[in-house]
Amino acid sequence: MAHLEVQNITKSFGTHHALDGVSFNVEKGDVVALIGPSGCGKTTALRIIMGLETATSGQVKVAGRPVSGCGHDRGMVFQHAELLPWRNTLSNIGYGLEMKGMKEPELSRTAMHYLELVGLTLAKDRRPHQLSGGMKQRVGIARALAIDPEVLLMDEPFGALDSQTREGLHGELLSIHAKTQKTIIFVTHDLDEAVMLADRVAVMHAGKISQIIPIELERPRLDMRAIRTSAEYSKKRTLIWEALHDAGVSAAA
Amino acid sequence: MTTDTEIQAPARVERRTGQASWTTTVPAWVITTISVAIATGLWEFFGRDVNPLLGTYPSAIVKAFFSMLQTGRLQDALIQSSQPFIVGYIVAAIVGIPVGLLLGRYRILESALGIYVTAGYATPLIALVPLLILWFGLGFMVKAVVVFLLSFFPICINTWFGVKAVPKTMIEVGTAFCASQTAIMRGIILPATIPYIMAGLRLGIGKAVIGIVIAEFLTAISGLGGIIITSANSFRTAEMFVPVILIMVLAVALTALVGWLEKYVAPWQSEITGHDSV
Repeated sequence: MAHLEVQNITKSFGTHHALDGVSFNVEKGDVVALIGPSGCGKTTALRIIMGLETATSGQVKVAGRPVSGCGHDRGMVFQHAELLPWRNTLSNIGYGLEMKGMKEPELSRTAMHYLELVGLTLAKDRRPHQLSGGMKQRVGIARALAIDPEVLLMDEPFGALDSQTREGLHGELLSIHAKTQKTIIFVTHDLDEAVMLADRVAVMHAGKISQIIPIELERPRLDMRAIRTSAEYSKKRTLIWEALHDAGVSAAA
Repeated sequence: MTTDTEIQAPARVERRTGQASWTTTVPAWVITTISVAIATGLWEFFGRDVNPLLGTYPSAIVKAFFSMLQTGRLQDALIQSSQPFIVGYIVAAIVGIPVGLLLGRYRILESALGIYVTAGYATPLIALVPLLILWFGLGFMVKAVVVFLLSFFPICINTWFGVKAVPKTMIEVGTAFCASQTAIMRGIILPATIPYIMAGLRLGIGKAVIGIVIAEFLTAISGLGGIIITSANSFRTAEMFVPVILIMVLAVALTALVGWLEKYVAPWQSEITGHDSV
């Protein structure tokens, strides 16, 4: 049994089908990227898995249990981090824990652990407006990880960052994944990000998954430079590019 | 594994210094003081030439102020006015803020009751004072009700619109982490709405001041409003200006108090905007 099962989910807004039967399974500890052009339904799929939207039909199961609505078995990382401006770094990380009902002193201790995990110990007492974009997103990741979810869901988490910061965070996420072995689903429109981070890349188009491409790069992926120059990397990058391109051409035709 | 390389981002928002000229270095309060001094000076200079029935000037007002203070008339009036003012205004805040929060949060309440708040805000409520007198008499109660009515709507409507302005994604953070409706209201919507609530409280002060003065004109002639109208009727213009200016000064002080309150309850706000609220 797969750790996360997405079974034939559809989502319609009136006559428009945002999702038209999306199914995929994710094994425990795997990283899956959803990639595709804007409006292909990738974010909608992620939001349905999180329970922020309800599917018109179909079902999502986490660790065998069907999910409806929110749940602490899934942790969400938002596109623009979405930290609460009145909370400092530590207390933002602790937000999910508080909602989970954790009390002091365990709350601060756990939040502290994840603060260290994302390397922001020195920024513990700062408020979000005193953090850079990359730091904010690290807090966002720590906040989602802190509730110790089965699955980490990330909605274009690095899309709003400059490319240097983004690559730094890629390395960070790879090392976090190596440590925590979390199952991760992330949405992206960045080819390099998908290949570098994912074990499998689901190419989406017009509300459907058109192709699932496995990335056979060994883990832990610590040497990003070596990976970038590897044959598998460029092969898979080309393959995904073609999958996206073909879908685009058939849509235009 | 992880590094702190990004930690060098500024810990505090520094204002741009660079090429400093006097237009940027002189403190704001100095400029304000100079401006008020010049305006008062001009009033004193030109006001002395005006017929005392039609106008007055600062030193005459100051003289009237001290003579009214000596007889105790001003203190009595101030107490008379401030009691219904404080009660009416505080009740308006206590009722207006929660009602605004609920209107903004729940669609059904908004569509059912929002129209009354919008209408109440737009209604010239002062016109209802004669009717209110029939209901509540001529004393404390009717004044408090008028103050309440006038300040309730701006407080409520601002809070309501403030809730509507909370970004949807911010609320989704609560939803995604399974926050209860109460936790979302208290932990996300309320803090995010504070700047709007404070703006409402500020506008409410202005309205409440109008309310108390008008109420005192139209009900039992008493309090600071009573002094204004009796002095005006007997052409003691300088005396009339004493409560007018006193009310103005108090209203400005109250507004500043709300600004201070905002900095106290929402310190992150002025840090984000990078300037102090007025």
